[in-house]
Parts: sequence; C-alpha cells; structure tokens
Amino acid sequence: MKGKRILAALSGGVDSSVAALLMQREGWEVIGISMDLYDFSKVTKDRAGTCCTLDDLYDARRVCDTLDIPYYVLNMRDEFRREVIDPFVREYSTGKTPNPCILCNEHLKFRALLRKADELGAEGVATGHYAVIRREPSGRCRLFCAPDETKDQSYFLFSLESERLRRIFFPVGGMHKDEVRRIASEAGLLVFEKRESQDICFVTDDSYTEFLNRSGIKEQEGRFLDRGGNVLGTHKGVLRYTVGQRRGLGIAAKEPLYVVAIDAEKNEIVLGTEDDTLSASATVGRVSFVSGAPPAREFRATAKVRYRHPGEGATVRVEGDHLRVAFDSPQRSVTPGQALVLYDGKEVLGGGWIEWENASRS
Amino acid sequence: MRRIYLDHNATTPVHPEVRKAIEPYLEEQFGNPSSIHWAGRDVRKGVEDARQEIASFFGCQPLEVVFTSSGTESDNLAIKGIAYRKGNGGKHIITSQVEHPAVINACRFLETQGFRVTYVPVNRYGIVEPDSVRRALAGDTILVSVMYANNETGDIMPVPEIGTIAREAGVVMHTDAVQAAGKIPIDFGTLPVDLLTFSGHKVNALKGAGGLIVRKGIEIEAMTHGGHQERGRRGGTENVAGIVAMGKSFQLLQSGMEKEVAETRRLRDKFEKGLFGRIPELVLNGHPTQRLPNTVNISFRFVEGEAMLLNLDMMGIACSSGSACTSGSLEPSPILLAMGADPTDAQGALRFSLGWGITDGDIEYAIDAVEAVVNKLRALSPLYTSPKEAKAR
Repeated sequence: MKGKRILAALSGGVDSSVAALLMQREGWEVIGISMDLYDFSKVTKDRAGTCCTLDDLYDARRVCDTLDIPYYVLNMRDEFRREVIDPFVREYSTGKTPNPCILCNEHLKFRALLRKADELGAEGVATGHYAVIRREPSGRCRLFCAPDETKDQSYFLFSLESERLRRIFFPVGGMHKDEVRRIASEAGLLVFEKRESQDICFVTDDSYTEFLNRSGIKEQEGRFLDRGGNVLGTHKGVLRYTVGQRRGLGIAAKEPLYVVAIDAEKNEIVLGTEDDTLSASATVGRVSFVSGAPPAREFRATAKVRYRHPGEGATVRVEGDHLRVAFDSPQRSVTPGQALVLYDGKEVLGGGWIEWENASRS
Repeated sequence: MRRIYLDHNATTPVHPEVRKAIEPYLEEQFGNPSSIHWAGRDVRKGVEDARQEIASFFGCQPLEVVFTSSGTESDNLAIKGIAYRKGNGGKHIITSQVEHPAVINACRFLETQGFRVTYVPVNRYGIVEPDSVRRALAGDTILVSVMYANNETGDIMPVPEIGTIAREAGVVMHTDAVQAAGKIPIDFGTLPVDLLTFSGHKVNALKGAGGLIVRKGIEIEAMTHGGHQERGRRGGTENVAGIVAMGKSFQLLQSGMEKEVAETRRLRDKFEKGLFGRIPELVLNGHPTQRLPNTVNISFRFVEGEAMLLNLDMMGIACSSGSACTSGSLEPSPILLAMGADPTDAQGALRFSLGWGITDGDIEYAIDAVEAVVNKLRALSPLYTSPKEAKAR
C-alpha cells in the first residue's frame, strides 16, 4: 500500500482524526475530506455534540495541518437532502421513526464517498467508526462488532456488503476509546478531549416536530384509539409520537398506556397496555447481507431492533425480499422505521428496516 | 511536484521589486506616518509617494485616493459611505446580479436598513447592459455600482456608458475595478465614475491593502471612525508596507503593463485554444472578446468542477471553481447562474486566471493535465459517451 492514496473522512472528532493518522503511519497517502451536508450557517450556534458543524470543520482542517495532508470540504448538500433528509421526512409522515444516521452512513459516508475516491484516484475510504472488518485471503470481507462494546457502531453499518467493505477501513475500530484518545494526545492532535457526537446533525436548535413542520409536514390533531377502536382522546399530531412511548400522552387510564401503532394516513394512534407493546416477531424490508446473501432460507441469529438493544435470539425466515424475524421471547418497542440487525455472535450478518405489521395497524 | 499557479484573480505572488521596495518599512522605517518627528516624517513620505504613483496610474489626483485594508472595505466604504452621507434623501441603489460579494452583501445589509436595491440582470455573456441600468433609475436613486470587470468570467462591463447614464441622472457612480486594474487601461480623469475600488494583492503587491478613489467634491461618510487619517475618511494607522507595495506595483504597471498584458493574453489564448482543440464538449463562460486578457472560464460537460479542481490541485495546478461557502466547500457560481448558464454546466465550471511569471512550459503542462483529468473523470461518468465510442455504435 506504500504511497497508495486513501480518503480519510474527518468529522472533526477524535476517532476520525486518529483514523487518518493511523492510515498515514501505515504508509498511505492520506487525503482529508469532510462533507458539507447542510447549511452550516444555520447549525453552528451552540451545537456542540453533533456530527459536523463549522467548528468541527475547523478542527478537521487543523488536524490535517498537523498531519501535513491536503484537506477538502466536499459539497454534498444535494445528496444529503435527497438520500437522508427527504426519506427522514417521508418516513415520519408515514408514522415511522426513521434512523437518518444509517441512511447517511450508507448513502453518503460510503456510497458517495467511494465515488469521490474513484474521482480522486483513491483506493477507498477510512473513517473513525468502531467496528472491525476482517479481510479474508479470498478477498471476501466480514464485519464484526467492536471489542469496545460501549462504542460499537456495527449496528449502523449493517448495510455494507463485502464488495464495498473491501474499500473501507476502520483503523480505530478494534481499539478502545482510551487508546484512541491517548494516540491523539501523543500525536499532538488537539481534538483528543472533544466530546462525543450524538444528536441528529440537521435537526437544529428546535425540536424534530418543528424541523418536520418546516419541511412541509403539517401537524393535525387526531384520535387516540384503543385496540378495539374506541376513542380515548385527542393527539397533537402523529409526528410527536413514537411506538412504545408512554409519557406525554395526556390520557387518564387504569393502567399506563403506551403507543402501540401509528396510522399516519388516518391520523390515528392506537394505545394499549405495556403487554401490547411487545412483539413476538418483526417483518423486515430492504434487506441486505454482508456476504451478499442470507446464510439459509431459515436460520438462527441474534437480532438487535435498535442501537443499544442487547439483542435477542431469533429464528429468521426469508420470505421473498423480506425477512420474518421470530424472537425467542417477545420484544418491547419494535419500532417501524428502525433497523433490525442480525448477528452471529460478534459477526454482523446483515439486516433491514422494520415495517408495520398489518396485525398491529388496525 | 511541479506547481503552476493559474488563480491570479484570487490573488497574485509578490513581485520581487515590490518586495525590495517594502524592505526598509519592515526594518528602519517603522514610524507612524502621523507623527511629527523624523521617524514619522520619512514613513509619511513613503505613503504619500505611493499615493502619487497610484494617482498617476489611474489618472486621478493624489488626494482623491483613500487607502483602506482591502477591495472589500473599499466597496463597503463607497456604498455605505454614499448611503449614509449627510443630507442624503434618496433610498434607492442600483447594482448588478454579478457583483462581488463585497458589493452584493453591502447592498443586502442596506436593504435591512430601509434602502431599496435593484440588482439588474446580465445578458447571456454575463455583461450588464446600460439600458437595464437606465430602466432601473428611480426618482430617489442615489448610487449606481457596477463592476469594471467580473472576477469569474473576466467580462468587461460597459462602465463608461453606464457612468454616463448615471451622471445624466445626477446619480453617484461607483465601480469595483479590483479585477480590471492593471489588466486594461483605466483613466479616471475621463471616466464618468465618482468612486473606484482597487486592491493591492491582485497586482503583485501585498494582501491587506486596497483603496478607494473618491472624486473631488463627492462627500462620503466614514465607516471606520478614528483618527484623522485619510482626511477623516478612514481612521486607523496606515498599513505602510501594504501601501508602499501597492505604489510600487502600480508604478511597475504604468511602465510595463502593455507588454505584460500582451504576454498574458498570448499565453491565455494558447491555453484556451489548446483546451478547446483537444477536449470535446466545452463551453466558454463569458464574452468571447469583451473579456480581461488573463481570464478564461470553461464548463467541462459531464464532470463536476469540484472533482476537477481537487484532481488538478493534487497535480500541482491551482485554479478555481464556483464560489466557496462558509464551510469551504463549493457551490455553483451565482454569476454563471445569473448569466442563464445551465446549472449542470455551472457545476462543471473552472476559472483559470493567468498573470505575471507564467511560462509557455507551464501552459503546455497545464493543458496536458486538464485533458488527462477530464478524460479520467468522464470515463467514470455514466452520462458521457466519448466521440470514439459514439462512432463505434
């Protein structure tokens, strides 16, 4: 790899900075890049803790100065709107609770950046994600959880197939965060003390609802129903609720009520008891597998239904282009719009997106 | 790696003679030009000699030259200085859609302060037509501001005609001549213009110094209040080295501009012909002839300007594309969009601007590099079919 060129995607944080540094130490010609995804002039005020503000771009630029490598900010606003924000808004308007960070990973951090890598004559892209890619002699790539379980980001990466993983590098993926900070500090990268990023970067000072309202999604009051179709009260608009939610419903009942289903078309929200939020199974669409295909028509796996979900044993059946995932014991808040990711031990097999169960919709 | 600088409209290298001229001001000539004593006196002489050189270059009076920190400050001083001058009754300003951000954003600010601004359009070559300025005039118009030459296309605007229209209407005329100065002859003495912006670093002097020529009798309100420097029109201790550098640059231009420009034009034409002769599907942005001798702006169809710029940078060739936003990333040029360019073409536009120090060898190397990059990127583009492939079908 001596002298071969690689793009390092820099967020301005410590992980991606160290990723760039490690690639350079391995002998790659590293080109630092950041993505301009959104009108930063609207996002910068007091947005410590998000992915990529103007201040973060400044930090990324200074890291590249320290590494003595070129740094470019690529304008990817059109792609971001098309591939992340529009679907985010669309999903919300169908009552789902989407996960824009996975869409951003899939479409921008990897697909679009690999295209940029082609344009700039680079072999691939290195990022600061916590996950491990194992490259087998056959050329096939497998994806595993990070050893630092508190940092593991493999959930967000399930949609990368082997073919794409070949051109992707996670230099800090196998490390512990402390070690990454230590390397940054020793190398004089001034980002070693920075806080973690967490919020959704394009939802600015105001709430999701306000963001969605500005994006043209109008809120309308509607009816809360019970499982039998009886009216329980009035909700403030489906955008404000998510499946499994208990707080803020404003309905007095004998036992606590939870959101069980959201029908955006009818503008109705179904409430039920805690037990009603349990799902024995999930239907998953837009499926992908790291190896390119499911291991069998029917197989066992550990299913995670959201980031930080501990995972539950499940029997997975392939049904056309969907998966039917039957959990060993019923799971709480299996939320349409979120990703369901399948693991075999530490290995990511693949996953897809949770859809509405017809049964729970009515 | 070989490095070729084809971005002289952004800034220019410092001329060795300019460097020599400022050396004393970085050493023993450290005084404050406002001081009465020997230390100030000598430095004051340097500043006033520079003012004289610049006045002589532009054909104005030395006392009409006001030194500022930049072209941007000069534009702000001109526009806000007229808007806020004492006894100003009018509230309407005319400018164009293709001005530099220094002018556009000064006008946008004034719009928040109760002024009305008309941004007149340009024709398909990017040139402001005098008639559109005439039509925009209102009873309370106080200022017309139209640039002398455009930074992105190099288009030369009919400033004498527009100035005549303004003068007939009794309206103050400002022109941002930052790009034009030193590339085409300008004679402030006969030009129907009241305020003219210039800058040092575009003419091989230093960054951090510019100026505004204010015709005698035109009152402007100061924007930087402070000491009595520049006759109260711009407070603050003078950037002596920057001013001396500008003086030297314009002095060099006064004697050598014709020759310098002829050589730049020859190399620019060679570059342009080379590219158009060897690469298909190019679009020239701007006027074919009514254009600065150093600038060429080309859209390379089926490729993005950003990808071209980055690849050329990695090959040591500096040029520019679109306009940089706050983040440092690129957006399609609003100037090309105002000209009615196809947005996709605008995205694929690159500006090459030549200047002092470029050789034939540089140009040949640059043509080869641009051709190689375009071919590589078009090979990756799903939209492009090369003429060879098209024939084979």
